[in-house]
Amino acid sequence: MIARLTRHPAVVPIGAVVLAILIGAVVILLAGLNPIDAYAAVLQGSLDVRNLDYTFSVWGFICGMGLVAAIPLRMGEFNLGGNGQLVLGGITAYVVASQLGLPGIVAVPLALIAAMLVSGGFAAVSAPLATRFGIPIIISTLLLSPVAVAVASYLVRFPLAEKGSGNAQTPVLPEDAHIWSLGDLRYTTVGLLLIIAVMVIFYIVDSRSAVGFELRVTGANRRFGEYAGLKPGRLALGAMGSAGAVAGLVGAIIVLSSPYRFIDGALISPGYTFAGLAAALLAGGRPALVPVTAILFTILQVGGASMERTAEVPRQLSDVLQGVVIVILALRVVLDRRRAGAGKDS
Amino acid sequence: MSIFEWSFVAAVLTSATPILFAALAGALCAQAGVFNIALEGQMLWGAFAAVAGSYYTGNAWAGVLVAVLSTAIYSVILAVGAARWKADPIIIAIGTNLLSLGLTGFLLRVLFDTSGSFAPQGLDGIGTMPFLKGIPVIGDVFAGQSVLVPLAFVLIVAAGLWLRLTPGGLRLRGVGEHPDAAATLGIGVARYQTWVTILGGGLCGLAGAQLSLGNVTLFTENMTAGRGWIAVAAVILVANKAFWLPVACLGFGAAEALGFRLQGIGAPQQLTDAAPYAITLVVLVIMRVVVTRRRTHALTPKETLV
Repeated sequence: MIARLTRHPAVVPIGAVVLAILIGAVVILLAGLNPIDAYAAVLQGSLDVRNLDYTFSVWGFICGMGLVAAIPLRMGEFNLGGNGQLVLGGITAYVVASQLGLPGIVAVPLALIAAMLVSGGFAAVSAPLATRFGIPIIISTLLLSPVAVAVASYLVRFPLAEKGSGNAQTPVLPEDAHIWSLGDLRYTTVGLLLIIAVMVIFYIVDSRSAVGFELRVTGANRRFGEYAGLKPGRLALGAMGSAGAVAGLVGAIIVLSSPYRFIDGALISPGYTFAGLAAALLAGGRPALVPVTAILFTILQVGGASMERTAEVPRQLSDVLQGVVIVILALRVVLDRRRAGAGKDS
Repeated sequence: MSIFEWSFVAAVLTSATPILFAALAGALCAQAGVFNIALEGQMLWGAFAAVAGSYYTGNAWAGVLVAVLSTAIYSVILAVGAARWKADPIIIAIGTNLLSLGLTGFLLRVLFDTSGSFAPQGLDGIGTMPFLKGIPVIGDVFAGQSVLVPLAFVLIVAAGLWLRLTPGGLRLRGVGEHPDAAATLGIGVARYQTWVTILGGGLCGLAGAQLSLGNVTLFTENMTAGRGWIAVAAVILVANKAFWLPVACLGFGAAEALGFRLQGIGAPQQLTDAAPYAITLVVLVIMRVVVTRRRTHALTPKETLV
């Protein structure tokens, strides 16, 4: 009975999280602070009814960035350039929404589409770099990302800067170009529904379509895929293009939501990209699980601030826990192998 | 201000040295068949450990020692996980990179009660080489540098010779090129890979120490800022050949140093910051085009069919 329970597929991810939380507790203890207070503050801060509006919006962003990592992960590629793709989408959306002078009903959708196109195209560059020039996608995405971040940072500091402001930020978007809120909520907008829609689309494409199957075959065994006539180059182009497009969408939603402007660093500093990557890895790349694993990293992300306030534990602990979860997940193969060995013996 | 002068060459060396140490670590691991992309996080940890060590002991060399040893220990996660337990080195590296970022930021707050950057009064930096002053060229370029700068070049030459000329080096290359064949000859493949990865950790500790106690004397959050990834790119660029690493790394150093110069004459900092990454990528593409063209020319028609 116990043996059967330990073989349940949920054991590994849940075990990784529990272990990471315990390691985190040890780190907090070593720092001379109280882990129970810290974790209580994390839960209180993120699940407080007054904060739920904000928590939901963050969950949407982490789900989106989870997809940005999960889509290429399906074919065994790592997209670590989410920050650049996110920022590029944000700045594109700002330019379209503010500079073209269109009415809101046109400006908002157009800004979202433009952001998806620009970020998608930008991320897709990594595919030919890998297939034609042999530069691994993990490297090219990482090298391209700071370039995009720097360009956006330059634009927001100089040509698009708010006149007379000490901060590196653009002026507030015209009221017409704000993305529609859901009811009287401040942070949760139509953007969250769009991200959920994208997750549903990815789930359907992944599980029901030929492309999704090809993607998974390539991920499981690239040489077999090529032997079967699949084109990894084209698949990579599609996977990176769609991942970039989702990142662009998330960036655009952030900029078109409260506080309705592009602030330099505001898209990157919350760490959505790596929280999303951690969520995608914890979900094993499975699209249906990303929204579930994203909950954990959302709680860590949102609760981190209140942990810092009330329990005096630095919020960087969230990054520590993300890193530990990922390392434990990578090391789980040891457990799998031991289990496989045990199965052979019996 | 003229662009070319000896102080510029010195600035190029300063920028290149941390990358050089990390790239040597990456190249040795690659020769042994371990894809090590944990350089960024290990270098960041090394930079923090060096500053912490120097701060508590008051001696920069104690800081360097702390950096080398603690980063080597830190790299055991990757070494044992990837080489012995055959876990995915990429996922481990992503995890340890994130862990370094979080842990250094966390410790900065807990130990030194500060966030952002830590530059205490009187923090001991690695000594320079003032005795070289007065020697033409060498004095201009090296006198103001930390002792680790020439050490980087010595280590690269030593590693290159060791790989080419000694039985140990041959075995290491064998382990990377054909692990099964190496195992047949009785070479402990996992053992070689484990120790090379740990050695790489020590080198990343040196890289970090040079960054935080050599180039400057302070630690800032995420101060490596992608240098570890540029080192990975350098390893790919030179196809794991240690001897060619200085060429690649000095190129990146030149891009960074040129960026500082251009900033001095009014170019926006954001764009000069991005230059090393963009240049790295462009150089990678150009190299691939050149190498591929040469290779296709070298092949006989029969071989190209296969």
